[in-house]
Amino acid sequence: MNNYYIKRTGRAVLTLWVTVTLTFGLIRAIPGGPLEMLRARLVRQGVDPSRIDAIIQSRQQESQPIYVEYYEYMSSLLSGNLGESFYFREPVSDIIIDALPWTVFVMVTATIILFAIAVVWGALIAYKEGSTFDTASSGLSILLSSVPFYVLGILFVVVFSYKFGVFPARYRTSPGISPELSFLFIQDALYHAALPIASVVITQVGLQTLAMRGNSIQVLGEDFVRVARLRGLSDRRIATRYVGRNAILPMYTGFLTLIGFNLGGSVILEEIFTYTGIGYYMFEALINRDYPLMMGIFLVITTALVLSVYIADLTYGLIDPRVKSGDSNEAY
Amino acid sequence: MKHTESDTGSEREFSFGAAQSEVEVTTADRLREFYREFIYKPGLVAWEDRRTRIGAIIMGIYVFIGTIGAWLYREPSTNQSPRSLRPFETLEAPLGTTGSGQDVLAMVIHATPEMLIMILSGGIFATGLAVLIGTVAGYKGGTTDRVLTTFSDVMMSIPGLPLIMVLAVVVSPERAAVIGILITINYWAGLARSIRSQVLAIREHSYVEASRTMNVSTPRILLKDIIPNMMPYVLVNFANAARYVVFASVGLYYLGILPTSVANWGIQLDNAYSQAGALSGGGTMYQLVVPMIAIMFLALGLILLAQGMDRVFNPRVRTRLAGESGSETDDEDTAAPTEVMT
Repeated sequence: MNNYYIKRTGRAVLTLWVTVTLTFGLIRAIPGGPLEMLRARLVRQGVDPSRIDAIIQSRQQESQPIYVEYYEYMSSLLSGNLGESFYFREPVSDIIIDALPWTVFVMVTATIILFAIAVVWGALIAYKEGSTFDTASSGLSILLSSVPFYVLGILFVVVFSYKFGVFPARYRTSPGISPELSFLFIQDALYHAALPIASVVITQVGLQTLAMRGNSIQVLGEDFVRVARLRGLSDRRIATRYVGRNAILPMYTGFLTLIGFNLGGSVILEEIFTYTGIGYYMFEALINRDYPLMMGIFLVITTALVLSVYIADLTYGLIDPRVKSGDSNEAY
Repeated sequence: MKHTESDTGSEREFSFGAAQSEVEVTTADRLREFYREFIYKPGLVAWEDRRTRIGAIIMGIYVFIGTIGAWLYREPSTNQSPRSLRPFETLEAPLGTTGSGQDVLAMVIHATPEMLIMILSGGIFATGLAVLIGTVAGYKGGTTDRVLTTFSDVMMSIPGLPLIMVLAVVVSPERAAVIGILITINYWAGLARSIRSQVLAIREHSYVEASRTMNVSTPRILLKDIIPNMMPYVLVNFANAARYVVFASVGLYYLGILPTSVANWGIQLDNAYSQAGALSGGGTMYQLVVPMIAIMFLALGLILLAQGMDRVFNPRVRTRLAGESGSETDDEDTAAPTEVMT
């Protein structure tokens, strides 16, 4: 068992290392390379051409063999230095520290809400399998999941923010409200996050409900549920202790992976709602070709996903003691 | 049991051709058998399900629009009709025009062929690679398994959308087929994992062991004994991958990260949202709604296909519908909806 934890940790570290190496390679694969980007930036800033040449010349002399650059890139990353953003002219780490909590707040809240709804709704459908309620709910679930979350987001902004003006269309708080632990601040933050959260919950709840329905139906057919019924246990006890627990188990990993997935999806969502989380900054970085910021946020999102899957894998054994891990098979 | 792959000499003494000479199997027979087993029967079961039927019809409509429709209907261009027409005003532009006089319907229709190519290339790439890596890893086991599983685990842990965006900025792909592959660049990994775990169960079956004992080569065992068992599952996931391609590509086009040289519903959404003044009171809402409906129905068709095809998993339903077994036993489909990545 300990062996499994060591292996799993090794894999998480390996993934992060691959991602870092990938970003390192990508920055160098960009047409023109960093020096050309620097030149373009200087030209845009209106620097005198002869001075640009001088700057480029001086930089070129500094250019080192690739492994030295790689070593420096790695060591600066490990010390938390992600470089400086071209566009915002701020250290990338500062931007991320400012923006990350908001994105995490929106996405984690949305995912928790949608899983809560999915578990209850899916279990109810499973109990009424084959009824009109089942058909209607399953149909609705499928219909909801055919809408991409950003399409619903656009509709929400157009209808609720611009047409009726009931919800704010941009920013994470109203101007002039400082982040502090006050009722006003919390209320304002929730008010601004309501539409993004709603568009994620509504479009993703359908598939999770169907998954919960499938799990519950499978568990309902198990022998131990029949035995529990024969023992005359109350329906409530069977539903929560026997069926519910076992049906939720397979969704646990999905829950954490979906949080990670949604962090990636925040790029589209936050652009639509002009919600200044990391997704919004990533979009700005992509549009403005701000590579340090782009790669910095990419690394942060990857780290978040790797960590959430890592936690899911490590804790799954605690939730479901039956699972045996690290089994090896005969090689052919 | 030790499997000797390199031992070719034994085949001469111990020929399997003998079994074939007694019962002559012609190519036509084999084709007919293949058709019955892999197209007719699953098709029948799938068609029996209302979800698949609707899904197949929706997909048929899209293929029709993408091929014949795009060929018949005029291409969108600026000032081809009066500007800012509302829908259902003229026959010339039934769904109205944009602020620059482009026919909205023409724009939707002419974005379809590229979308279908993207779906196809993305789906084939994702499921193909997943089947290859999943079956080889699951069947071979040992070091091969460890290496391939670690590889797919690493790929799986890199968030898809940001990775695609970064790659799109670097590569800036123009062709629809390339975009499809780019979008599924790490989508296959999760699928490969679940295929591997299914193969782990399948490879313990006695007929697989029989093939192995008879010294059948690994690619042949994978192709003949293992992959056919998973075809329904692969098809379901093909539909899921296709839906992912639709969502991701429209999102990327909406953000303006992919080059705008190709017509796409996402570009249309972006134009309608930012330029056409869809925000100013909803007077031009139709420009947003038309591409939205196009996206939703395509996704709906793919979800329905995937959900309905799940039933093909159930062998009991399959034989009963094909008229090979008369038993009227339970046909409740207990198959859980396949793991879907939203």
